[in-house]
Amino acid sequence: MALLEMAKLSVDFPTARGTLKAVDGVGFSVEEGDILGIVGESGSGKSVAMLALMGLVAYPGIVKADRLLFGGRDLLTLSARERRRIAGKDVAMIFQEPMTSLNPCFTIGYQIMETLRIHEGGTRSARRERAIALLEQVGIPAPAGRLSAFPHQLSGGMNQRVMIAIAIACNPRLLIADEPTTALDVTIQAQILELLMSLQRERGMALILITHDMGVVAETAERVIVMYAGQVVEEASVKELFAAPRHPYTAALLAALPERSRGERRLPTISGLVPGLGDRPSGCLFNPRCAYADARCRSEEPLLEASAGRSVRCHYPLSGAPQGSAP
Amino acid sequence: MSAVPSTARRQFGDVPVVAADGLTKVYKVRRGVFAPPAELHAVDGVSFRLAAGRTLAVVGESGCGKSTLARMVTLIEQPTTGSLKLVGHEVSQAKGSELAPLRRHVQIVFQDPYGSLNPRRKVGAILEEPLVINSKMRSGERRAAARAMMARVGLRPEHYERYPHMFSGGQRQRIAIARALMLHPNIVVLDEPVSALDVSIQAQVLNLLMDLQEEFDLAYLFISHGLSVVRHIADEVMVMYLGRTVEQGPKQAIFTAPRHPYTRALLAATPFVDPRLRAQRVTLRGELPSPLDPPSGCAFHTRCPFADRRCQAERPALRSLAGGLVACHHAEAVLGEEAPRQ
Repeated sequence: MALLEMAKLSVDFPTARGTLKAVDGVGFSVEEGDILGIVGESGSGKSVAMLALMGLVAYPGIVKADRLLFGGRDLLTLSARERRRIAGKDVAMIFQEPMTSLNPCFTIGYQIMETLRIHEGGTRSARRERAIALLEQVGIPAPAGRLSAFPHQLSGGMNQRVMIAIAIACNPRLLIADEPTTALDVTIQAQILELLMSLQRERGMALILITHDMGVVAETAERVIVMYAGQVVEEASVKELFAAPRHPYTAALLAALPERSRGERRLPTISGLVPGLGDRPSGCLFNPRCAYADARCRSEEPLLEASAGRSVRCHYPLSGAPQGSAP
Repeated sequence: MSAVPSTARRQFGDVPVVAADGLTKVYKVRRGVFAPPAELHAVDGVSFRLAAGRTLAVVGESGCGKSTLARMVTLIEQPTTGSLKLVGHEVSQAKGSELAPLRRHVQIVFQDPYGSLNPRRKVGAILEEPLVINSKMRSGERRAAARAMMARVGLRPEHYERYPHMFSGGQRQRIAIARALMLHPNIVVLDEPVSALDVSIQAQVLNLLMDLQEEFDLAYLFISHGLSVVRHIADEVMVMYLGRTVEQGPKQAIFTAPRHPYTRALLAATPFVDPRLRAQRVTLRGELPSPLDPPSGCAFHTRCPFADRRCQAERPALRSLAGGLVACHHAEAVLGEEAPRQ
């Protein structure tokens, strides 16, 4: 049985100008120990989908799903109290900006021990020991001394390590990392990714990595989901996706990377913008920007169709002829 | 001012439009009532030449001094010592009145297009402001110049009357680029111009920047902490660490045969867009040391896999090796090692 099963998850935000479909029928499953990458541009709904899973979508957002099972339990029918017991313990999440996700008014020791106190209890001294051990695991030097430090006294990379320590404090079975390295320098980014991967290996926990950086996905994930305007447009193993993208959007995203320009000075671009509240096209959501779109794409919405272990939402998926690798 | 863009190469021949020699900026940092102020060497002895139509990329982690360098080149900060020549004029110790006419030659595009445009002014007013300050053009002429530049950077005429909040990040960056070009500068400092943008938008803006460089013969000083974009757009690369240049040279040499361990580490840390080549990372341990208390000798020795006793004691000078400049005692050994993934 899959650790996480999600089917037809949608998140709507009613606004004065109509309903904003932030997430539109997203479904996937995650097995124990999987590493799933979710890529998409800003506004593609990748973060909101994960917030919905955590039960963190605030009013006036409306979360609906056909199925949302975690470890066999239906999250949709749980009471708020039971759900809070899962969030932060069995499913944990780290966010993009470590500086703003930690509370500036409390020491990092307090913030780690708070999670332990709520989910696991135990004595104060046991929690303190555990907090020191956690800081050591995430690679913070002189951990005992750092318990009394405030977030502003640490660098961005160190704060992200503290966030990770809080997230793994209760041994989660699933860790969701929402752009964990976007705000960091490349050398620190490499350190944090390495830390996440080694924790994932040691603990066998599942990891969902949300990112807009194709390089980060290529380096870490096993399976990849590509999102566009709230929908999943393609799902494949990371090797297949980079070797032969089947959705025109995925292909265009990869082609736009300077690393894959193969010596061409001009980069291929995707014209137009991600559809917003007022201009959601009929038919395929990508059709106004797609080089291959025809009348059928403009009238009929394609379904996410699976074949040979990968799925794509397109009437005319690319043949999958292998594309060249980076130069 | 003529409407025809000045062709810098014609104007200045082969003289570089930016020439920096031993450029240094020291900030005095107060540490308390009784303690003497500490000296922070934000930029320390940086030299480079930048010719019209060329791109010099400055690469390094946050805190390496690349933004301070940008502030000196854009005449926002005065260098403490060293020489800085812009379009042939020495500016390092010049006074305000002497600098004013030079400022139009150098413009800047900032990283965050959400913070760098005044939300209370319309696009037209934002684009015309440089002309109001620096030219005697009439309002009709200014409007025509703004509209022409908008068309050039891919904005539609109706955008003239709109406010910045009505635009996406990519379009805002186009507005910021148009504003920088209104005075037909020779030098444009690009401070991480695409790192806040999505991949598809990033490609559009990079293409635009390359087109504009060709059309107006612009010299770009491209500041970045990521290497993939630099590899695409730069002609020359300068890698900085704690205010000093550690390696400098043509792009090809830097990327295929890095001679400094720090450059190698940066290359290895950059995620590679091909899952088949996923390799064991050689991650750099630790973080950037405090610039207030830099390590002795080579500033990089605390994180360097090649470091020995000599590196702790003696600061390596920038020297020439295999077609570029490098500041490392062990550069030959580094060069001999297999290069990181390319």
